[in-house]
Amino acid sequence: MSDAGRVPLKEKPEAPSLGTGMRRPEVEGWAQSETGQDHSALIDPLREIPDELQVDAGQLLKDSRVDEVLARLDRELVGLTAVKERIREIAALLLVDRLRRSLALEAEAPSLHMSFTGNPGTGKTTVAMRMGQILYQLGYVRKGHIVVAGRDDLVGQYVGHTAPKTREVLKRAMGGVLFIDEAYNIYRLDNERDYGQETVELLLQVMESERQNVVVVMAGYKDKMERFFNDVPGISSRIAFHIEFPDYRLDELMDIARLMLREQRYRFSPEAEKTFEAYLTRRLEQPRFANGRSVRNALERARMRHAVRLFELGSQERTLTKGDLVTIEADDILKSRVFETEDVASAET
Amino acid sequence: MKITQGTFSYLPELSEEEISAQIQYGIDNGWAVSVEFTDDPHPRNVYWEMWGMPMFDLKDAAGGLHEVKRCREAFPNRYVRVSLYNSTLTKQTTAVQFIVNRPSFEPGFRLERQDGPDRQIRYTLHPYAIDQPPGDRYGESRGAASAFASGPNPDTE
Repeated sequence: MSDAGRVPLKEKPEAPSLGTGMRRPEVEGWAQSETGQDHSALIDPLREIPDELQVDAGQLLKDSRVDEVLARLDRELVGLTAVKERIREIAALLLVDRLRRSLALEAEAPSLHMSFTGNPGTGKTTVAMRMGQILYQLGYVRKGHIVVAGRDDLVGQYVGHTAPKTREVLKRAMGGVLFIDEAYNIYRLDNERDYGQETVELLLQVMESERQNVVVVMAGYKDKMERFFNDVPGISSRIAFHIEFPDYRLDELMDIARLMLREQRYRFSPEAEKTFEAYLTRRLEQPRFANGRSVRNALERARMRHAVRLFELGSQERTLTKGDLVTIEADDILKSRVFETEDVASAET
Repeated sequence: MKITQGTFSYLPELSEEEISAQIQYGIDNGWAVSVEFTDDPHPRNVYWEMWGMPMFDLKDAAGGLHEVKRCREAFPNRYVRVSLYNSTLTKQTTAVQFIVNRPSFEPGFRLERQDGPDRQIRYTLHPYAIDQPPGDRYGESRGAASAFASGPNPDTE
């Protein structure tokens, strides 16, 4: 019987040396290092490394391709300046953190849980889907995949079902981003026998203890999210970034429309562009306008009318050109109901 | 006596980082990760208790390590092992299996002799630990065991 066999795993001695001692101690988990006791025996980099020591920020910036990530974001997402600003902040923080770590200036890994609030169609889901890739390129998450979860995936149906179910989803999301759309659905205050409470508790616990491993993004409409945060007091404070998605302005909506068309290999004719702007101006005043989503829907319908028009031209034995196939004309938009109702309304007055 | 079974059992105990690296290797190969525990150290005891379901859809080792830590916390004085299961057709077998937790004291085995006809002697191994009923074998309270017995899944509600 060797003595080595008797030493339990958890008390495995680890000689703190200059090289490895700077890392987080693996054995007892991360909780202990946060108290700072473990560092007492080590050198203090704050004092013992001269302040004049230079770090190569340029190279790191180049290696991390942060500029590329941010430029792509600018190119592919219209407006959303507040959101981009936040992502730039996060990128800067992560980079500086990495620089500091190269000098053993250890800091706690920042918590990056986020909440996205805003009206329908303001791009919450789109940005969340990007977040995995962005954080991966910034080196914050190891895999960068997205796990999308709704109430059905998290909340169980009977006693004892919820915790394993929620844990399952969280484990799957580790190394990436857990995206909870319409997060307020999880918790129903009016039904005290609802298991959502349990999901929320477990979420809170894991968001805290595994924050190096998983980034939780919650998204939803503003008023409902606000109520959710009020009902569950712990959750708001555990989310570091509350990002609000503003409604788009008319010019931004036009940019979105152009971008969407380009992605689908279509284009507006000059008149169509003016018509579409007129369409959006009218649509904005109508109820249930859903920003980007409404633009998408309008374009889908325009495409449909475009197809019908071409079909009719084709059946009249007219030759179609490539230009016909890619150009959306003013007519395709003018046939929209938005213009109709306006005409009816004006006819009535 | 340090029980040696599974992969890496002649090496010093794996650190959490090393366990993560092994799990990640399995995930990268498309193997399923599962955590199992037992208090019967006999080498022929192949079916250990499952700590929750096998994890087929992990992307990152952190999920596996999370379960290892939870299992250790619930059963600090039992054997815990990680299995990486290769489910591809024609393989369908455990690819790697290694112990990640063991009792603080392992009493070992005694040799038992059985007299047969014609002065024949048959030998067998008897772990000292299994003289105690399950749950009492490594000096732990019955609390942990009964908490587990209350449901098929280790998540206490």
